[in-house]
Amino acid sequence: MTAETGAQDALVTADGKPLKAALRAAQARSKRRAFYLVAPLLVFILLTFVAPILQMLHQSIHNDGFTMHEDVISHERTPLMVNLRQWFDENPRGTAPDEAAYAAIAADLLVLREVKAGGQVGTRVNYERSRSRSMFTKAVRRAERLEPPFEAAFMDLDEDWADPELWAAMRSSASAYTMNFYLAAIDKVRAPDGSITNVDEDRALYKKLFGRTLVLSLLITFLTFVLAYPIAHLLATLPLRYSNLLMIFVLLPFWTSLLVRTTSWMVLLQSQGVLNDALVGSGILADENRVQLMYNQAGTVIAMTHILLPFMVLPLYSVMRPINPSYVRAARSLGATSWTAFRRIYFPQTVPGIGAGALLVFILAVGYYITPALVGGADGTLISNLIAYHMTGSLNWSLAAALAGMLLIGILILYWLYDLLVGIDNLKLG
Amino acid sequence: MKTKTILLATALTSVGFAAAAQEVTVMSWGGSYTKSQVEAYHKPFTAETGIAVNSVDSDNPATPIKAQVEAGNVTVDVADVEFSDAVRLCDEGLLEEIDVSMLPAAPDGTPATEDFIDGALQDCAVANIVWSTVFAYNTENNATAPATIADFFNTADFPGKRGLRKTAKANLEMALMADGVAADEVYDMLETDEGIDKAFAKLDSIKDDIVWWEAGAQPPQLLADGEVVMSTAYNGRIFNAAVAESQPLVVVWDGQILDFDLFVIPKGAPNLEEAKKFVAYSTDTQRLADQASWISYGPARKSSGALVGKFMDGETEMAEHMPTAEANLTNALVNNFEFWVDNDAELNERFNAWLAQ
Repeated sequence: MTAETGAQDALVTADGKPLKAALRAAQARSKRRAFYLVAPLLVFILLTFVAPILQMLHQSIHNDGFTMHEDVISHERTPLMVNLRQWFDENPRGTAPDEAAYAAIAADLLVLREVKAGGQVGTRVNYERSRSRSMFTKAVRRAERLEPPFEAAFMDLDEDWADPELWAAMRSSASAYTMNFYLAAIDKVRAPDGSITNVDEDRALYKKLFGRTLVLSLLITFLTFVLAYPIAHLLATLPLRYSNLLMIFVLLPFWTSLLVRTTSWMVLLQSQGVLNDALVGSGILADENRVQLMYNQAGTVIAMTHILLPFMVLPLYSVMRPINPSYVRAARSLGATSWTAFRRIYFPQTVPGIGAGALLVFILAVGYYITPALVGGADGTLISNLIAYHMTGSLNWSLAAALAGMLLIGILILYWLYDLLVGIDNLKLG
Repeated sequence: MKTKTILLATALTSVGFAAAAQEVTVMSWGGSYTKSQVEAYHKPFTAETGIAVNSVDSDNPATPIKAQVEAGNVTVDVADVEFSDAVRLCDEGLLEEIDVSMLPAAPDGTPATEDFIDGALQDCAVANIVWSTVFAYNTENNATAPATIADFFNTADFPGKRGLRKTAKANLEMALMADGVAADEVYDMLETDEGIDKAFAKLDSIKDDIVWWEAGAQPPQLLADGEVVMSTAYNGRIFNAAVAESQPLVVVWDGQILDFDLFVIPKGAPNLEEAKKFVAYSTDTQRLADQASWISYGPARKSSGALVGKFMDGETEMAEHMPTAEANLTNALVNNFEFWVDNDAELNERFNAWLAQ
């Protein structure tokens, strides 16, 4: 017995190396080769996907608009608000501003004027407290005329300079790293004493939009499921030459430009559009009662359901096609009603396709942007439109990043829930 | 020797290419407005200087400019922006300063500084036109013709959808004027919280009937389609749709808001010298007058006024269609750029929250 084991240990290759080591070396080589093959893709993904996401997440907690100015041409960096930041360091949160504090701001304003950073700093403070930007731009414009006593000089400019909220906002802005953008993304704001409160009613926006995005995305996912299930079933059970023809009708819109499909819906749905004209022409609707199907939620739901439909049909089709029809026939022959046979035999086999389709449609819908922007009007816009607005309109990139970060976290949670309930290995895309 | 010749030849060709590749990228507002600039500025500029002009469009060029400069990736050399945006971007150090001495004098020798109308020359910007936000209606879809800005906000007597630009600017002013505030009190009122609340309350009264537009080409389209019965619009767009395309659209001048459009050069513009040449060329007396024969916007130079004649159709006199025509100024508001420089960000924040409610 021991002799045998010993003999096995001593197994060697033709050139005398131990077999185990040789095998390991050979495997390592092929693993390395496989890695080299995927390396370009890995680098590509790291550079174009992982790095931007990390950068975005960093942007959501970092904003040095109050503390650093970089010239766009020379890239020369100038620290800003140095005196005021020093005053903040020396005085704890909640200290009422004294003459020294106002003198510090007055000195800092001169720097702002010189490097033209008044707008930048004001904008940064404005993220924490509305109506602050104009106070800064005005003060910078008059910076050279400010004279001691500075407190009185600032009160002359604008009584709001004594507002504790403004001082709290400046203190928050003074540190480049902050969680305040995440607070803003859920309609919260830090009060002067450091506690967290809700923003004014007439400025609350994001919670409502997150809620609307979630509800509409679920509704759209459900609608695509209801529409796609029978289509996919038909496609899967028809003889191939008919089903291929029908498949074209699913794929053709899928291949058509998103913009073309969205604008086609605009032509169909607008109040002087095809659908309303048909309803009025056939006498179902009076001319003055045309239904508003566009520039509202209805428009968003209709257009997005159509645009995302193929993402539900295709996974469903791919799981339905290989289902053996004899299972259902067997169930029927054993006395099951057609409903029972469907419910107990056919439907469970399609669940992986439903899961895949639902996840795909839902995740796409949550981040959808162009269609709601074009047909959504005011109440059919989604959170992605606000992210786009902060990216390209208000240029509050930190808030855009925080909103996108929330969306990302939300989707990961849903993905995790899905894994918990259905299991990710049950996902079948085709 | 041979290598040297080849090197020299290569060098010469590349110089040749560099010369041929002289170009300037100009961003404007699209539609009939960009067309007027292409005809009046770009084509003659290229013919005269050999510098090609790339025309690109945006719903509002001020936004991409700011984003490009802040991201350090500037692709636009010249942009056409509104007054308050020109001043704001300049305050923030995002624009090149423009030396007024490079601007040509009027044909009679009046220097540019005196030839441009008040406010048209800024540290970083040169105005080319005076335009206005007006409201317009489609005669086929209105039983009674609206005559005042109050009618625009009166959906009881003038039922139907309204088109409004999806931004706070101009909407708040018009809402207050419709509420009976005199034009010269509008901005005093907007400086107060009550005034802003009042403006939003007025907008709120027609909120359910509003279709929002973003690009200047949309309002004439929405009106022609019958999608809205009245819409705010840039006056020149309505004029072109009505005159050049024979749409039954009419401009109501009551409550119009006058503004400049100005050329600016973003910091870091890739073709700075060409950009300066373009700005100087395009804002000379003849070019500004030519522009007015393609769309009904007033030239920013006094000396251009006399040269403005007929629309390109050769029939329509332009004078009465200009926002600055005497008859059109009875209840007009001049956009207070300082107010919007200071309050644009804040009011749009509130505007967005209001939209989503």
